[in-house]
Amino acid sequence: MRAALAIARKDLLVELRTKESVPAMALFAVTTFVIFHFGLNRNRLEGELAAGVLWVTLLFAAILGINRLFVAEREQAGFDGLLMAPIERNSLLAAKAAALLVYLIALELIALPVFALFFIDSGFWHALPRLAAVTLLADIGLAVVGAMLASIAVHTRARDLLLPILLLPLTVPAMIAAAAATKPLLSVPFDTGGVGKWLVVLALYDAVFGLLAYALFDFLMED
Amino acid sequence: MATETAALAETGTQAEAGEAISIEGLTRRYGERDALAGVATRLGRRQTLAVLGRNGAGKTTLLRVLATLLLPHGGRVRVLGLELPREAQALRPRIGMLGHDTLLYRDLTARENLDFYARLYDVPDREARIARLLEATGMARRAEEPVRNLSRGMAQRVAVCRAVLHRPELLLLDEPYAHLDPEASALVEPLIGQAAGATRVLVSHDVERALAESDRVLGLRDGRAIVDAPAAEVPSEAIRAIYGEIS
Repeated sequence: MRAALAIARKDLLVELRTKESVPAMALFAVTTFVIFHFGLNRNRLEGELAAGVLWVTLLFAAILGINRLFVAEREQAGFDGLLMAPIERNSLLAAKAAALLVYLIALELIALPVFALFFIDSGFWHALPRLAAVTLLADIGLAVVGAMLASIAVHTRARDLLLPILLLPLTVPAMIAAAAATKPLLSVPFDTGGVGKWLVVLALYDAVFGLLAYALFDFLMED
Repeated sequence: MATETAALAETGTQAEAGEAISIEGLTRRYGERDALAGVATRLGRRQTLAVLGRNGAGKTTLLRVLATLLLPHGGRVRVLGLELPREAQALRPRIGMLGHDTLLYRDLTARENLDFYARLYDVPDREARIARLLEATGMARRAEEPVRNLSRGMAQRVAVCRAVLHRPELLLLDEPYAHLDPEASALVEPLIGQAAGATRVLVSHDVERALAESDRVLGLRDGRAIVDAPAAEVPSEAIRAIYGEIS
């Protein structure tokens, strides 16, 4: 826990100083909303279309941050300093997932109001508490899977290509659940039916992939 | 000054005598190529092993196996009484490595880098230890600058602080004086030199200095140990053989 906190603290300090990941993710999300806004030629979205636009945008914006998760290790200090330290390898996974979770939350603090501004007429703020629960559970899953896959991709030459190829199929269940949970919240009239069921699915996804990452990460970091 | 140097160089519990390193038949491959093939050597505690050899001879691979960064593919490796790779986790807090890379984050300051590593190693009295090391290496005045603004030599001094921060019993040093001017070399000498009191494995192309500083010499050529002897007993012909001047 001590090591995980130290690594996450370091990552957030580097991000605060360089401002490389979160601003790029936010800019990508906002630009994509603008493209959807004009591409679809609609001022208002609702239901499954709104949920789809929101989650596709957040997922692709997240990939930018996931791709840069190990950049400081790859381009600056190297992995040796971390691998030689007397820490459990899983604390690196926990730290990177925690840092990514913070990036995703920061992204959504910017992206969600912009999304509401472009596409939602009314009722968005009413749906926000439940939408926050959906995004938090989806973010946890994305953070765990993203940190695990980024640790694999960073050691390869084709990392920018490899990461999305590995990440997108693995996040399909989480994205289906997140979009399904979001759909009634962005419907007119506002509805909460079925949200609870999809929240459980998201929580299960987080638990399963959290355990899987915990079991595999030590092996992935070996030699 | 002497007391201060001794305190800075303090390298954990080293009272026990006996072997610090025992390697038998160590092999390590990269694909089909043997980077190390049946290497064997021994080193006593608080002694220095100079590892000599041409580029690609296997020096850095040996250092990385001892640093627990690479798994041995064969043979037996015991370091500070611990079997590798089985007891690697117990060994890690007892070793410090200074290699080609400084292992510093360029966007963090020297002090922030040291603070980060001190947290990873759970160094007691963190701030005081960092302040003393920065002072000892002449880096206190530049401690609040991002590492990217430091010269390579200054970054190397911070890297020395990083390597000894947790008072390691075994120092793995790969060209530790590279990038350092004579003044800077003198500053870091109490921390990583013989005076530090740690067991040392020293990889260097400065043969004269390595021989002068070492108790034992391991000469590698194409992954094989062609010299393994006390430093005082290594003839100049053997040194030439290590570097391929005599076949």
